[in-house]
Amino acid sequence: MINLIDLEKKINSELTTKINKSEIRHNQIYVEIDKDDLIDTVLFVKTNKDTKFRQLIDITVVDYPEQTQRFRIVYLFLSHEFNQRMILSYSITENEIIPSLTSIFPAANWMEREVFDMYGVKFKDHPDLRRILTDYGFEGHPLRKDFPLTGHTEVRYSEDKKKVISEPVKLEQNYRNFDYESPWEGTKYIKEQSDNDDKKN
Amino acid sequence: MTKKIKNLNLNFGPQHPAAHGVLRLILELDGEVVEKADPHIGLLHRGTEKLIENKTYMQAVPYFDRLDYVAPMNQEHAFAIAIEKILKIDVPIRAQLIRVMFCEIGRILSHILNVTTQALDVGALTPSLWGFEERETLMSFYERASGSRLHANYFRAGGVHQDLPAGLENDIATFCDNFPKIINDLENLLTDNRIFKQRNVDIGIVTKEDALNYSFSGVMIRGSGVPWDIRKSQPYDCYEQMEFKIPIGKNGDCYDRYLCRIEEMKESVSIIKQCLSKMEKGPVKTFDGKITPPSKKEIKQSMEALIHHFKLFTEGYRVPKDEIYTAVEAPKGEFGVYLISDGSSKPYKCKIRAPGFSHLQSMDYLIKGHMLADVPAVLGSLDIVFGEVDR
Repeated sequence: MINLIDLEKKINSELTTKINKSEIRHNQIYVEIDKDDLIDTVLFVKTNKDTKFRQLIDITVVDYPEQTQRFRIVYLFLSHEFNQRMILSYSITENEIIPSLTSIFPAANWMEREVFDMYGVKFKDHPDLRRILTDYGFEGHPLRKDFPLTGHTEVRYSEDKKKVISEPVKLEQNYRNFDYESPWEGTKYIKEQSDNDDKKN
Repeated sequence: MTKKIKNLNLNFGPQHPAAHGVLRLILELDGEVVEKADPHIGLLHRGTEKLIENKTYMQAVPYFDRLDYVAPMNQEHAFAIAIEKILKIDVPIRAQLIRVMFCEIGRILSHILNVTTQALDVGALTPSLWGFEERETLMSFYERASGSRLHANYFRAGGVHQDLPAGLENDIATFCDNFPKIINDLENLLTDNRIFKQRNVDIGIVTKEDALNYSFSGVMIRGSGVPWDIRKSQPYDCYEQMEFKIPIGKNGDCYDRYLCRIEEMKESVSIIKQCLSKMEKGPVKTFDGKITPPSKKEIKQSMEALIHHFKLFTEGYRVPKDEIYTAVEAPKGEFGVYLISDGSSKPYKCKIRAPGFSHLQSMDYLIKGHMLADVPAVLGSLDIVFGEVDR
């Protein structure tokens, strides 16, 4: 059993050039790498006898539309032997194609399909990159921040055509997003402020 | 003369009672032998993760009930713990015990459903009739605590919504005394049943190595002989104080997984009893007024309490910028929440890791070379609920 600090050292010393940043928070190790080092890093942490991250828990993406490197790809790993969790991540721009982990973890297959479906991130060498959760013939990538919550189309059964048809969303009322943000942490009263000013002076 | 042989494509579902929900399974058959299975999922996709991004933390809790709707509170637990870890709040011991108790009730709920419907899939009708009666009793406990049989919305960051009503603890204790007999009855019907064994023994075998590679968790990995249970290895809430055993299978087939579930139910009963014996009067939520809404009595008397209440239910509480993955041992396996907060009162991102998703993914690997009749048996032992697979 090695603890997280030793693990961080181990990963950093073995993969010095590949690790951009690593830190320990909430009893988990967070590691940032570059896209091109993904396969090497994952192979290392899976097979090395001191890490043994032999289970891929999940793959997901975080969308930051205002950044040039828009998508942050996140991989969650679990090591049964050492009872540790690792969160591996890297950022890419919108149209970059990223390597697939299906050859190392068969479980990555559906997880990558889900990422492709929800965010439109494409994978190189994926055996079967189809949509998975959305409807047949769906367009767009729902979990992107610029995809509206109400979606673009709605489906209904048409009595005329005797089949289910999809048409643009028509809302009687828009989804209302009230702005509740306000000085929740309490107002700075004039007296307090003037007291502080006095102290400064 | 040569005969041309063509594989038959068969659509299993999406409306098939043995598909356990809306699964469309496209099977390629060579005679009666399955050559390939391609599950089409997403027919119950509701965009839960997208919706959570648009709701405050408190409003997001009900969505977790609708994931694995057979054991709703176990999902809420993962989300509540994620927020608690970021906010660094302590949960009062009574709340921890209530949560653990209801999680174990959820485990029994889920396992009864799975064991009995799996038996139904392979031809035994009686277990489901007997088991569902007990489920009804358990759901009435849910109802008395939360007001709702299924979609409880009971756990909060920092505790539970309200204290247990009078008399509930006694009734749960009575249930714990009676329930082991029901498990015995179910076992009498199934465990040594010749037909049940013929349909399940040596079907859908998973090796240790493959269980790891396919991201299995819960009963699916324990059935294959990997001693891994998050309640033991990474204990959350008061699981550390509980004494229970982790049943482990030997062969990794459907029958071993059935046995694991039966044993787990017995352990759950023991955990519930321990919770009840440890339970003392006390608070059921954190006292932090920025997270817990004030009581009705306070609202009637204090203007500040009214303002707090209004702010908590409109803006919600804010969660500082952080990133966390928390997992709980749900009845079906590792249920995880990967939460990114940005300092506002809504999650920036909330990825839900559902155990059933990776289990169903291995359908092709599990069923290849088996007969068509084994498909429901394997599917039943995977313990799939589409609420969580499709999210």
